[in-house]
Amino acid sequence: MTSLAKRVAREWLGGLGRAATLCWETAVSLATVKPVWRDVVYQMYYIGVKSQSVVIITGMFTGMVLCAQSYFQFHRVKMDTATLAVVAVAMCSELGPVLTGLMVAGRVGAAIAAEIGTMRVTEQIDALRTLAAHPVDYLVVPRFLAMFMAMPLLTAESIALGIGAAYLVATFLLGINASGDWHEMIHYTDIIDPLTGIIKTFLYGGVIGVVACYKGLNCPQGAEGVGRATTEAVVYSSIAILVSNFFLTMLLNTLLRR
Amino acid sequence: MIEVRNLQKSFGANRVLDGVNFSIEKGQAVAIIGVSGGGKSVLLKHLIGLVTPDAGEVCIDGQNITGMDERELLKVRRKFGMLFQGAALFDSLNVEDNVGFLLRREGRTPAPEIARRVAEVLELIGLEGTQKKMPAELSGGMRKRVGLARAVVYRPEIVLYDEPTTGLDPIAADSIDQLISLVVETLHVTSVAVTHDMRSARHISQRILMLHEGRIYADQTPDEIFKSNDPVIHRFVNGIAEPIGRHSLV
Repeated sequence: MTSLAKRVAREWLGGLGRAATLCWETAVSLATVKPVWRDVVYQMYYIGVKSQSVVIITGMFTGMVLCAQSYFQFHRVKMDTATLAVVAVAMCSELGPVLTGLMVAGRVGAAIAAEIGTMRVTEQIDALRTLAAHPVDYLVVPRFLAMFMAMPLLTAESIALGIGAAYLVATFLLGINASGDWHEMIHYTDIIDPLTGIIKTFLYGGVIGVVACYKGLNCPQGAEGVGRATTEAVVYSSIAILVSNFFLTMLLNTLLRR
Repeated sequence: MIEVRNLQKSFGANRVLDGVNFSIEKGQAVAIIGVSGGGKSVLLKHLIGLVTPDAGEVCIDGQNITGMDERELLKVRRKFGMLFQGAALFDSLNVEDNVGFLLRREGRTPAPEIARRVAEVLELIGLEGTQKKMPAELSGGMRKRVGLARAVVYRPEIVLYDEPTTGLDPIAADSIDQLISLVVETLHVTSVAVTHDMRSARHISQRILMLHEGRIYADQTPDEIFKSNDPVIHRFVNGIAEPIGRHSLV
């Protein structure tokens, strides 16, 4: 039992060390090697454009259901026009960034881990290294930069669509006074709410990029290894998003609302 | 010149290399033979710094590469070309982009010059006109040829071959052997091939090293290896397995 605990601890610490090394190498590459912008743009297309369907559906339906649920509660105390304000604050600071992060982790994080993992088991990563290309420069940095830039845009889109869909549901389905609802939303939504959300997404983008690349680059051999790396990339980035979200909320609100 | 001194490598409890020593002069064509799983590919990957040894040294033109970090190794690797066992072509790039990868990445050669050199080397290996094909559209033999083209297009000083004929039919294997000989003759490169295909080893090398139980067991010319009376070499060259006792199946 003790030896098992030691082995698990050694593997866990080893993994943490390798992940930290990858972060360091990525930072060194960003500082010293000029990125290939064609690769970054391609990755942005892959991450941003190809994620449109999941981001649109997630943003719209989250806004719609939040609107309906808030209305059912507020209606009891005759506060119908507070509905859109609650939706806007929740979408901007929490639901927009977190749900977009989770969806992108599921779609893009899995794809990155599977692609790089397959490259590793078929010796394509070794081939890269023999062709004098550092895997971090060629594979990690373009994906990291693309995630870093695409995530805030996707989140902003998700937030806007969520609020827009909630406005339509509130006005045309629930019969809430449109101008009153809009006025209350503007009044109670602070600039800090969307700012908090957008700051979070930079971190989430970086986390998804690094975790997915790390899992791909350290993928065990064989098809099972690629499958495991893919699953772990999604699970670990999702957990990192959910856990860091709490601490970021506390930190950003403390700093920005002074 | 390649020099390997007291190279040791273990994976867990399995000691794969147990004090390997040899040197290869510039322009020599050498084959490393040995049983499957005996550490030949691991040894080859040590020569280009893809694997870090537990102990020992690998010197390329007098420069010890064993303590180098990845970015220092990238400069040394510019001297090398390598053909992988499964060719290891980049799935997402077509043949032209695969073959011209390093030249394009370096950014020093103009695009028309890269296209010309890629076309030239593809013609050399008999695959002219395949520039726009994707790796998935190629047969095993064609993939190996493209892998070879990618390894030599930028005129490296040393070319490494990891099981160049494994998985190919006899005719495709012979064409790869001929191409390797052609590369050695025309480009005057140092060539190191890892193989357990004795026909190929005889065809492509001037000298054969036999790796046995983690050490260099024999270092001889192909003729000497084929005529050897040493039981270990004789059994390997002629493909004679240890007799299996009938009782082991009962």
